Amino acid sequence: MPPGQYETRDFPVLSAGPTPRVSLESWNFTLQSASNESARWTWTEFLALPRETIKTDIHCVTKWSKFGTDWEGVTIDTLLAAAAKQGVEPSPYVLARCDGGYTTNVPLADLMGGKAWIAFSYDGKPLPPEHGGPARLLVPHLYFWKSAKWVRGLRMMENDAPGFWESLGYHNYGDPWREQRYSGDE
Amino acid sequence: MSATVSTPRIAWRLSTVVEVVSETARARTLFLNVPGWPGHRAGQHVDVRLTAEDGYQTERSYSIASAPEDSRLGLTIERLEDGEVSPYLVDELRTGDQVEIRGPIGGYFVWDISLGGPLLLVAGGSGIVPLMAMLRHRNAALASAGVEARHRIPARLLYSSRRWEEVIYREELANLAKNDDTLEVVHTLTRGAPDEWKGFTRRIDRMMLAEVAWPATERPQIFVCGPTPLVESAAEALVDLGHQPELVKTERFGPTGTGSSG
Repeated sequence: MPPGQYETRDFPVLSAGPTPRVSLESWNFTLQSASNESARWTWTEFLALPRETIKTDIHCVTKWSKFGTDWEGVTIDTLLAAAAKQGVEPSPYVLARCDGGYTTNVPLADLMGGKAWIAFSYDGKPLPPEHGGPARLLVPHLYFWKSAKWVRGLRMMENDAPGFWESLGYHNYGDPWREQRYSGDE
Repeated sequence: MSATVSTPRIAWRLSTVVEVVSETARARTLFLNVPGWPGHRAGQHVDVRLTAEDGYQTERSYSIASAPEDSRLGLTIERLEDGEVSPYLVDELRTGDQVEIRGPIGGYFVWDISLGGPLLLVAGGSGIVPLMAMLRHRNAALASAGVEARHRIPARLLYSSRRWEEVIYREELANLAKNDDTLEVVHTLTRGAPDEWKGFTRRIDRMMLAEVAWPATERPQIFVCGPTPLVESAAEALVDLGHQPELVKTERFGPTGTGSSG
């Protein structure tokens, strides 16, 4: 258990605004380079990509941790490899963009090497809207606000830029094991 | 990390309980003296850290109930029966005891009079706490500003409680509304009302919000706080009624179903 956390068996919901509703027909996912090249998948195309099942602990900055959660999703490695064939070059920083306007920044290195997914299933069922469905970013080694709900795209950047909570007093990186909750935490 | 600006660490501060007020059978307000407190905005919260004699530490987050204008920091805490921290804070802590706190935290679910109105607040249970900070701030900040300023920033609170005796700040809310014709407080009681009750007796729904809220064309600033199912349905109903999602700020507690965590 990371410092300052406690275990919950529930799955609390934390969002800054109303839950966005998007139809699967109009949903798509975009991976965009710093020079504005992009690769895009419709929902059907996305589900045809190789998928993984994931069992992981998750840690919310509001203090709860939940052990052994079950997800299904596509690794960011898979998306990067497919996008590279369309000329989408990697850059060191990433901003995740979501329905409802939420954003969060993550270094690309934290999204590579099988450490991060676009998840569309939780506990064997389609991801419910209040938990970020139809699809959310899953970066379980960072505080859970980095696992952006309702994610619709990743934009790569040459320079880091803070996302929503990172601009509002929360830590830029958010490692739970170093208890990087708020701006100024080491 | 070229885009990050170095900011000072939010320090843990040792605070002292200066007054304890019983709000309901399950909720108490701790008024704290916090040396070096940097001030807060209505809607923000703090982290509370408890350390056991064997060194074990545990932390929880609690909303600030007091207005920024108040010299003491007020935290209203509801006892969760299976909780690890709240029973201690509600039942054990006494005037003169010390507790470590860190804050203020949060920069989105905040309101002050410079943001204007109308101000629409929707609360469920102890979700009233950060909204009470907003009403107390509004009252304190507008106290000397005259009637015109109040009319520019009217406020309405729709507050869902299970029973009348579980309404937190019941008398203070009544007094605020009695002395301010630009503030309306509307209660709904979902699990039993007094015999003479003429108000709502159902969960907050779209029809109730349509009746209580300003029309979307008035562009009220909306803050919704409470258990997840209440916040989910109220926020969805408000968007259905035409309110822009970016004007609907939410704070949820607890899991998807009923019950609570922490």
